[in-house]
Amino acid sequence: MDFKGFDHPDRQTAGGPRSVKVMIAGGFGTGKTTMVRSVSDIKPLTTEETLTQASVDVDNLIGVADKQETTVSLDFGKIGINDQLVLYLFGTPGQERFWFLWNGLFKGALGAVVLVDTRRLASSFRAIEEMERQNVPFVIALNVFPDSTDHPIEEIRDALDVSPHTPIVACDARDRASSRDVLIALIRHLQERSAAAMEPR
Amino acid sequence: MSAPRPPTDPSGLERYYVLTGGRSGPGGSASSLDVATLIVSRAAAVPGMQHEHEEIIRRCRDPLSVAELGAHLGLPFNILAVLLADLLDAGRVEARHPIPASGAGSGPDLALLEEVLSGLQRL
Repeated sequence: MDFKGFDHPDRQTAGGPRSVKVMIAGGFGTGKTTMVRSVSDIKPLTTEETLTQASVDVDNLIGVADKQETTVSLDFGKIGINDQLVLYLFGTPGQERFWFLWNGLFKGALGAVVLVDTRRLASSFRAIEEMERQNVPFVIALNVFPDSTDHPIEEIRDALDVSPHTPIVACDARDRASSRDVLIALIRHLQERSAAAMEPR
Repeated sequence: MSAPRPPTDPSGLERYYVLTGGRSGPGGSASSLDVATLIVSRAAAVPGMQHEHEEIIRRCRDPLSVAELGAHLGLPFNILAVLLADLLDAGRVEARHPIPASGAGSGPDLALLEEVLSGLQRL
């Protein structure tokens, strides 16, 4: 099978817009959807996946209606970078166990933002572990809520147990400029990683 | 985090079964589809075509991501992937995969990151 663009999933393909994606992860209620909404050029959309509890026998339609369905949704938005490049932002579902539904959700992502609510650090542990396990470069964004107390960044780094190389920035996910700055911090982090990788050892 | 949804259509699974002819995705040419893959029509719809195929071709005259298509058509990713595979196999649409942070073997793409950065700075 030979499809245009399939063999060269990079910029060798002839003209026309291309896309890049960034994942917004973090625990339940940390502001993922809020961030997607504040920074997106479009009204955020939701794509859904239906999970059936029992596998459906393709040869037998009888009884299909009895199968239990679970709907998991993925909120996303986009930012036009220029005429030829669109950045898609995906807010990952709170239930990490469903991430497998989207065909390798993190594969091919430039990187991820992991949102953390400093009042409930533990809610984002799982997301951080997943980024590390899947080898997705990420920055930590502390979403500052009105009643959040100020903690020194290094204290939070210790508590989250993330590497000294992982940037930690504070933000207000409701604010477009603040959310954009988090994305900028992520891209700069990716640039540093790339530059470091190219240095002779 | 999403708004409460209306009760699930009890016939949802039958609908998907009919749409895909009972095939479950993703597989074959659909297995490399990503939510951020852009779909672009390469041919016009033909008479007698399945309604959803026609709808995809119509909506993708300008490139549209798989995620947006799914949201507009109200179809789950796996079902949409099966329908897209049909159109890809028939050469009626083209898939443009997201540019990965570093292409296999080609090293990290600093030019791409610079492009994204300057786009974000203009926001």
